[in-house]
Amino acid sequence: MAAPSPDLGELYQQTILDHNRNPRNFKRLQSPNRTAEGSNPLCGDRIHLFVQVADDMIKDIGFQMPQGAGCAISKASASLMTDAVKGKSITAAEAMFQAFREMLAGGANAPGKLAAFSGVRAFPSRIKCANLAWHALHAALENRAEPVTTESAGDF
Amino acid sequence: MLDTAKIRADFPILERHENGKRLVYLDNAATSQKPRKVIDALVHYYSFHNANVHRGAYALAVEATDAYEAARTAVARFVNAWGREGVVFTRGTTESINLVTGSWGRANVGRGDTVVVTAMDHHSNIVPWQILCQEKGANLRMVEITPDGRIDLIDFGRALETKPKVVAYPYVSNSLGTINPAAQLSKLAHAAGAITVIDGAQSSPHLQVDVQALDCDFYALSGHKMLAPMGSGALIAKPALLEAMPPYHGGGEMIERVWDDRSTWNKVPHKFEGGTPNVEGAVGLAAAIGYLEHLGMDRVAQHEQELARLAIEKLSQIEGVTIFGPRDHRAGVVPFTYGDIHPHDLATILDRDGICIRAGHHCTQPLMRRLGVAATARASFYMYNDVDDIDVLVEAVRKAGELFGVGVS
Repeated sequence: MAAPSPDLGELYQQTILDHNRNPRNFKRLQSPNRTAEGSNPLCGDRIHLFVQVADDMIKDIGFQMPQGAGCAISKASASLMTDAVKGKSITAAEAMFQAFREMLAGGANAPGKLAAFSGVRAFPSRIKCANLAWHALHAALENRAEPVTTESAGDF
Repeated sequence: MLDTAKIRADFPILERHENGKRLVYLDNAATSQKPRKVIDALVHYYSFHNANVHRGAYALAVEATDAYEAARTAVARFVNAWGREGVVFTRGTTESINLVTGSWGRANVGRGDTVVVTAMDHHSNIVPWQILCQEKGANLRMVEITPDGRIDLIDFGRALETKPKVVAYPYVSNSLGTINPAAQLSKLAHAAGAITVIDGAQSSPHLQVDVQALDCDFYALSGHKMLAPMGSGALIAKPALLEAMPPYHGGGEMIERVWDDRSTWNKVPHKFEGGTPNVEGAVGLAAAIGYLEHLGMDRVAQHEQELARLAIEKLSQIEGVTIFGPRDHRAGVVPFTYGDIHPHDLATILDRDGICIRAGHHCTQPLMRRLGVAATARASFYMYNDVDDIDVLVEAVRKAGELFGVGVS
């Protein structure tokens, strides 16, 4: 059987496939003080994000996706995002969001494991999948009440 | 099977290559590709016959009007309409149904009345009815489907007991491929005193359609799914119903006389065609109908249904693949899921091999909820697809399984 073409390997890097199969922080927090819902109406991706913030620090974070409501890119991105921002300050998390967006818009790779999503740049239709969890985080940190969608996010 | 090599040569876009691979276009339920004959008809119209229709006192305008009205005749013949006056040109199925809800619906549906739709309807045959019912304080009743994806006739019967004003349903389901017993449903609905509205978006391109045999009251079709340009389409109606209906869009062309404070209306179907129409679209639609009639709709249907049967057989051999929809009475639409691979990932992977499929809810969210899935992958066929296309599809699906480790734990 033929090996996947290299560009597919770029998109579905091992880190992404691993986090899709075994998402980290895939849980509902007992008492979150920040939550957000995000959806990607075209794809049907949906995420519920739970954040515990204290002293401007993200003490704990978890996410859930209804059964079947997340593609590999959106689920792995949510998993890697929660890993990346847990224990970090709100300012640091927002800076990571900025770096992540810039990477997907064609800029330099985001730090650490987030660079696994650099391959998404070549798949414009999937950028909004990768961004979804980050937009939800941004909304949660801003304490916005209304659900976010990648339609209104403006940069997919 | 049809001579696909000969047919493919008629479609310029099929010469395109994607990532070095031959384009395998399997998203025909979304839109069809266009044969050179249709593309040429548009170029020819604008090169030689373009003028505004129904108002010119010069030869060119008469030619444009003749071309436009000849297209109406072609559509009437193609679906065996009740008459040319029962063919209203629209932008497609969505506008056709909105015309019915906005004109017939507003005049005939009132507070407490019931409107019946089905759980397998496309959003375009649900949402306009929701808007009407909300405006009028009417009830919307959605008929359930059976587990294998057919309209539940027992529930259909129960819905008719509410004495609905109108019953709307698809002839062919875009998400499942189910070919519904459209004539039987219309007969039952009529017996209950309702009029019937058939969404023909997926039947007109793929089946021999005879609206008089279906005995519906309204039938909506889209040109772009049947080889014609986007933005072309028609509402087919019993002329007497159109006569009694108030206008839909006010403007030029749809009037007889305009006074300072009121107007009288043009004859049907012109009463419903306010403004300069999509003449180019109608001309393209007539060319598409010519192409389809030349092939023969029965042969087109047989070809696609054979491809669907083969695709289902081959995909079913892959462990972890689930096929949705009924075993029999299905058109060339094959919806499936594969293990826990999200259909969007599947579509991205297949795209790398030049294969275009649709992934998502297919504008049928109520149906998806009943199937218990957020999305499916869908391959849908037309006369230019062949057995090779299915082999390429199946091979690419297997490859996706390897990449995602389906069946490996």
